[in-house]
Amino acid sequence: MSADTREDIPAEREKPPIEAVPVRHPGRWVGAAIVAVAAAMLLHSLLTNPNWGWSLISNWILSPPILKGVGVTILLTILSMIIGLVLGIVLAIMRLSPNPVLSGTSWTFIWAFRGTPVYVQLFLWANIIALYTTLSLGIPFGPEFLTFDTKTLIPAFVAALLGLGLNEAAYMAEIVRAGILSVDEGQEEAATALGMSRMQTLRHIVLPQAMRVIVPPTGNETISMLKTTSLVIAIPLTNELFFQASAIGNRLFQPFPMAVMASLWYLFLTSILMVGQYYIERYYAKGAMRELPPTPIQKWRRRLRMGGAQA
Amino acid sequence: MSEKPVKVLARNVHKSFGRNEVLRGVDMEVRAGEVACIVGPSGGGKSTFLRCINHLEKIDAGQLSVDGELIGYTQRGGKLYEMHDKEVAAQRRSIGMVFQRFNLFPHMTAAENVMSGPVVVRGDNKKQARERAIELLGRVGLGDRGDSYPMQLSGGQQQRVAIARALAMDPDLMLFDEPTSALDPELVGEVLDVMRRLAEVGMTMIVVTHEMGFAREVGDLLAFMDQGVVAEMGVPREILANPQSKRFQDFLGKVL
Repeated sequence: MSADTREDIPAEREKPPIEAVPVRHPGRWVGAAIVAVAAAMLLHSLLTNPNWGWSLISNWILSPPILKGVGVTILLTILSMIIGLVLGIVLAIMRLSPNPVLSGTSWTFIWAFRGTPVYVQLFLWANIIALYTTLSLGIPFGPEFLTFDTKTLIPAFVAALLGLGLNEAAYMAEIVRAGILSVDEGQEEAATALGMSRMQTLRHIVLPQAMRVIVPPTGNETISMLKTTSLVIAIPLTNELFFQASAIGNRLFQPFPMAVMASLWYLFLTSILMVGQYYIERYYAKGAMRELPPTPIQKWRRRLRMGGAQA
Repeated sequence: MSEKPVKVLARNVHKSFGRNEVLRGVDMEVRAGEVACIVGPSGGGKSTFLRCINHLEKIDAGQLSVDGELIGYTQRGGKLYEMHDKEVAAQRRSIGMVFQRFNLFPHMTAAENVMSGPVVVRGDNKKQARERAIELLGRVGLGDRGDSYPMQLSGGQQQRVAIARALAMDPDLMLFDEPTSALDPELVGEVLDVMRRLAEVGMTMIVVTHEMGFAREVGDLLAFMDQGVVAEMGVPREILANPQSKRFQDFLGKVL
């Protein structure tokens, strides 16, 4: 009997499709209709209310001071994130060190920089000159070898980088630490058993796997950083995007359209960052998924192919 | 057989985790080319003892040496000095270890896993290391799976890659920590086959296992560990046929 049924399975059998009346969801339709009407109202007001100042926005959105502001904002974001990431990794490794001086120092750094507002930190860096007129390198309580004047050492841009980068490092340290802790202990054991040192294990085995956990919140942090750069007015550093936009707005007595314009730029830039994040996440998914998720282009191709088949 | 040099020598090895005394004076002697199997109830200290041999755990008291060299310590002028991490790492290179849960590196392909030790630790040329990795994978029957990620392999295949990875460092001692315990029953055989072939070419092996058949056929030595000591040890056929202690008899009654 079993032999018979086996023969049956691969043979062509009729597959009459199930014909049933689908369940109706009237609640969902009502909800969708309300949302659609609200969206249409919003769109209508966006297009017809002259106070949005679309013509003003289109006149200024690609103007030289704004483009320069965008450039400074991007540069600040990238450099601060690099400082944050590198220092964050160092702090995370220190925090996990068996040496209490190293882990204690890292803890204190994170405590101080995560525990105060970044706006205040920016202000403090700009005014560190008030605390120390000179910075010197030497033995504590002993002779000094090198001396710098803080006025020349810390111009506004450097103060902005210090404020944003060090604050970010405190957050990144915790993100990296969570990533390292998420890697299975057996990984470290296997690497150790092969004769790898602690640093080799960290670099070749643990960190690449930790990246899967580290990348999504880091993307989040980068997007957040892009917007936080608007706080460097605390220094004051005035050539970034938002300050430029509001300065123009104040000059024209049209602050609102200019703020909208700055928002459009921020949205555009964060959209680009989101795309980048998707591809980085996909890269580090290697080995954690049987098959890599498709890129948006692959998704579209697949959809087109399926649509073609149905038509 | 007894003229072969002593490979692993344990004398009165003790190890505690906090107040929990796991090893309470383990003695064992394994000679070059021998296969020693360690069996016993869980919690008896088998895995801990194995991990002490390559210093994944530090022993509290006693002596543990491989090739006459103390593990983790140097003796100079009657005094013991703790080894630097680098020296311990160097000692570990000639000791291969295979884990119950495979512990393959999931972000690397099978070939990259096998290459990782030689390339990262010894600084071998990548191209040559890769050729060697494929050859080693061939030896465990996976010559065509070099580009697969661990996730795409079955448990038995993963464990065979793990064996190849350990062999890539050219060890002269292999430690197996319950290598088949995490496998589906139908996959156990393929891993045991690889281990059997390894034993045939003269590799010194210490195997913590529940596979009594393997212990009986391949093992030169069988140790029954219970409550932190080696309770019985001898030629597998003899001591399996004639277990002395009540506890060993009970244990055999449960597993056979």
